Amino acid sequence: MSKTTSFRLAIRDAIADEMRRDPRIFLIGEEVAQYQGAYKASQDLLKEFGHKRVIDTPIAEYGFAGIGVGAAFAGLRPIVEFMTFNFAMQAIDHIVNSAAKTLYMSGGSINCPIVFRGPNGAPRNVAAQHSQCFASWYAHCPGLKVVAPYTAIEANGLLKAAIRDDNPVVFLEHESLYGKNFEIPDNEILPMPLDRAIVVRGGADVTITAFSISVDQALSVADELQNKHGISAEVINLVSLRPIDKDTIIKSVKKTGRILNIEEGWLECGIGSEIISIVIEDAFDYLDCEPKRVATAGVPMPYSKNLEQLALPDTNQIVNLIKCMCRLN
Amino acid sequence: MNVSSSMFHEIDLDGAKDLYRKLVLARFFEEQAAVLYSQGHIYGFCHLYIGQEAVIAGLSHVKQPQDSVVTSYRDHAHMLALGVPPNVIMAELCGRTQGCSRGKGGSMHMYCKERNFYGGNGIVGAQVSIGAGLAFAHKYNDDGGVAFTFYGDGAANQGQVFEAFNMASLWKLPVVFVLENNHYALGTAENRAVSGSGLSTRGDSFGIPTIMVDGMDVFDVIKKSKNVIEKVRCGDGPVILHMDTYRYKGHSMSDPANYRSRDEVENIKKTRDPILNTKKILLSDFGVSTDDLTKIENETKVVVETAARFAIESSEPDSSDLEKDVIL
Repeated sequence: MSKTTSFRLAIRDAIADEMRRDPRIFLIGEEVAQYQGAYKASQDLLKEFGHKRVIDTPIAEYGFAGIGVGAAFAGLRPIVEFMTFNFAMQAIDHIVNSAAKTLYMSGGSINCPIVFRGPNGAPRNVAAQHSQCFASWYAHCPGLKVVAPYTAIEANGLLKAAIRDDNPVVFLEHESLYGKNFEIPDNEILPMPLDRAIVVRGGADVTITAFSISVDQALSVADELQNKHGISAEVINLVSLRPIDKDTIIKSVKKTGRILNIEEGWLECGIGSEIISIVIEDAFDYLDCEPKRVATAGVPMPYSKNLEQLALPDTNQIVNLIKCMCRLN
Repeated sequence: MNVSSSMFHEIDLDGAKDLYRKLVLARFFEEQAAVLYSQGHIYGFCHLYIGQEAVIAGLSHVKQPQDSVVTSYRDHAHMLALGVPPNVIMAELCGRTQGCSRGKGGSMHMYCKERNFYGGNGIVGAQVSIGAGLAFAHKYNDDGGVAFTFYGDGAANQGQVFEAFNMASLWKLPVVFVLENNHYALGTAENRAVSGSGLSTRGDSFGIPTIMVDGMDVFDVIKKSKNVIEKVRCGDGPVILHMDTYRYKGHSMSDPANYRSRDEVENIKKTRDPILNTKKILLSDFGVSTDDLTKIENETKVVVETAARFAIESSEPDSSDLEKDVIL
């Protein structure tokens, strides 16, 4: 590891590398070409690949998601960018009813190799209609793969794998990560498995699961627990939300006996609910205390800075919660 | 019938007989499906095409092998016209493992990649965006194909249809939008659902020409569409073929169709039936004999009865199939 790159560039580079490799791949979405991406995740792609393969659309998510699906049925490999996953609500019919279900409905004869990507979750200060995590919505649906990278290496390696996958992949990025710099290796980043969680920090006393930007928070929590309270937390970056890598979670819980999930989505029917179900079903006897979920408050995201901060998972609260779990309070 | 004699000359005797065979196959197949439905072999939603046969029979006549097709849930006849074996279609309607979707799709979700047929779609209007996507692929691959995208007067009011029109026109995609206007969206008559100047002008603001076609007349379908489709193929951008047609049965098997009068239906059956009228022309203008037509009808009856037997005798999917083909 000797150089750094931003999450944004890691996304861009993965798309460019894959487009050089396979002429069937194209990028389609709002502002992806001339404007070079609303978040500049497609910088210079138009220059290199031209209008045939980097396509600006009108504001018509339902329509261009359907066009992507049709093109994928016919053998092309579209990358459909949503300016945010909030807008993908307009297109969720094609993601679920058209892309995810057709392989099954056709008895295995029609597959849909497509990537739906864009920022997901709560960037700051943009209020309710632009601040929502859709991970659990898509993770619910058979026929989809759902991933959410945290580092630049993951962004690059997972996106390459998603583009090469023969199934529809929902690829959840986070706006607040785009500008963040991460170390990357000197040599080429290879495609990473889409179904595996990563233990990003080893620990003995408690397992913290998280995905996307919440991994950042989980690591801060783990630091504080270690430095101030002598609690050793193992942090698992879930990476894949469908399928969830049960083995990695169970293995960790069997070691630590405690688990807490952090997510930016809402609590009810969230990813944390699923994680806890998995642990209860497969490692109940190993638990030393009740499993915990930390999520965004059950409200549409407020605009006001203080209320927004109150709504989002809070690092101090999580630290205190884990202290209680470890009987240190 | 408003058909120029020059039109007939472009269709030879074999072509004419083939058209008749397609028309009666679609009709007899659907009648057989209705019987199997009443016997409980077919269940759930089942939407019959009876009355609308001229649309797909005519368009399959002008379709080229590289072209692709997508349609709504009223899809049995489209598959038949594309040459998909009736046996596997009927088996699918019966939920059998020998069906074209291995019994997992049913009436509304049937596909045939070999024939570039991409469904069968149960979400009203969704196939229109998908069809634009198929056309996108034809253009991207420069394979000379066009995407036939069928939708009804009900789907015509879905928002995504306008989105697809806009992008298809903007990018000059080779898509033939085929509006099968049977005038009723389930029970809602066209005049209760369509504002302004009507469906025939919906393409105007997108710069998409609309060609009005008698969708009960297979010769009119061929005549009006042939040259237009070749323009689409050459890169002129999309067209809308507005087929004025009619379904004789309810929206689906569970719809008694009380929203229209018996007189209305009977009058159309008597004056505009695509099979009766084609028969008359074949006899008068093509010199086809009554015996020839009877032979086609009898052969088709056998084909359809065979399909029904095949379907009934086919096996239900194995329980091990339940979780297959969710993901590759």
